[in-house]
Amino acid sequence: MARLPADDIRQAVPSDLTLRVKSLESLLVEKGLVDRDALDALVDTMEHKVGPRNGARVVARAWIDQAYKERLLENAPAAIAELGYTSGQGEHMLVVENGPTVHNLVVCTLCSCYPWPILGLPPVWYKSAPYRSRAVIDPRGILREFGTELTEDVEVRVWDSTAELRYIVLPERPAGTESMTEEQLAALVTRDGMVGVAKL
Amino acid sequence: MNGVHDMGGQQDMGPVVHEKNEPVFHAPWEGRIYALTRAMRAWRKWSLDADRHALELMPPVDYLRMSYYERWVHMLEAQLVQYGLVSKEEIERGQAAPGSTKATPVLSLATSDRWLTRGIPSSEDPHVRPLFNVNQRVRARNINPTGHTRMPRYARGKTGVIVRDHGVYLFPDTNAHCQGEKRQHVYSVRFTARELWGERASPRDSVYLDLWDDYLERA
Repeated sequence: MARLPADDIRQAVPSDLTLRVKSLESLLVEKGLVDRDALDALVDTMEHKVGPRNGARVVARAWIDQAYKERLLENAPAAIAELGYTSGQGEHMLVVENGPTVHNLVVCTLCSCYPWPILGLPPVWYKSAPYRSRAVIDPRGILREFGTELTEDVEVRVWDSTAELRYIVLPERPAGTESMTEEQLAALVTRDGMVGVAKL
Repeated sequence: MNGVHDMGGQQDMGPVVHEKNEPVFHAPWEGRIYALTRAMRAWRKWSLDADRHALELMPPVDYLRMSYYERWVHMLEAQLVQYGLVSKEEIERGQAAPGSTKATPVLSLATSDRWLTRGIPSSEDPHVRPLFNVNQRVRARNINPTGHTRMPRYARGKTGVIVRDHGVYLFPDTNAHCQGEKRQHVYSVRFTARELWGERASPRDSVYLDLWDDYLERA
């Protein structure tokens, strides 16, 4: 196999980056340009408050509530805000629905655009060169690498996030889950399913 | 700019490596550079488009070699210097220049929620008329701007169909360079996989791109 770009090998973190970022932070604090408490809050939000659990709740609600699903497909930001999720990088979200013969996959070939408020920050693979390069030319191959083989009768729709619209996939509800509660259903929903690299 | 960041369609980047139970940040410095970058954007000296372009300006070898957040370290340092918030010497010394004045942070703990919920600029401005209609066939123009652009190379010259009008957005090609917002409509344009990649692509598959008026022409 060819060489892997750095994003794809978790290397030991070079200690000079730790020092360099520390030095930059103390400079910006010294100049009064940033506030350490605000930085702590930003990190805490991404580590503990925002993440795929938010998206999973949205999906589970859409599975059990047809009217909610229709609102979600029609106006995703408003429907998502009904569950209390609003923040940067998500004002113009669109939900695309999988079905028996349609599979959706989300990518940002130019950088790393991703629906932060409901999925959190993107994983390393989403921002990596292998994914960004091949998702548009070989989506079926990408899905295969993630363990999903799509048959030829399935239509694949790839969404390249080239503008300020952010996409989330509404996966198909797995069979045999009719008696599950909304909470139990939410626990079945994965980040990969909402990006579209996997089926649930 | 025809740069290494414009990756769609390349095939030599290796397999996608999926990390089980991946943490949000792999080291504390990643979280700090993420937060610093967001906090400094609150000064509104530069736009998100300008940040993207700063990443694109990195030497391609560095862009491919560095991890995502390592690129952000370079991006933030470059932006701080370019837009005059700190000097190169201050970054090198890690200290404010003697006698420099102290600012008051724009983004504080009390205001961070407001900053985080501040949206990406768009508008429903009815005075900006769309140049194209839903269901219209369009061609992505064969343009090769040397600055920032959000039109990937793999779509240029290809023909697709507009499936949705997303409304009015700032034009990144000018906004990234502080040359004006040039508000215009953005559309979801569907290109068949065969149009983009030829006869070996699946006849059912397609790629949807969000493209501005200035990127399109009648087909």
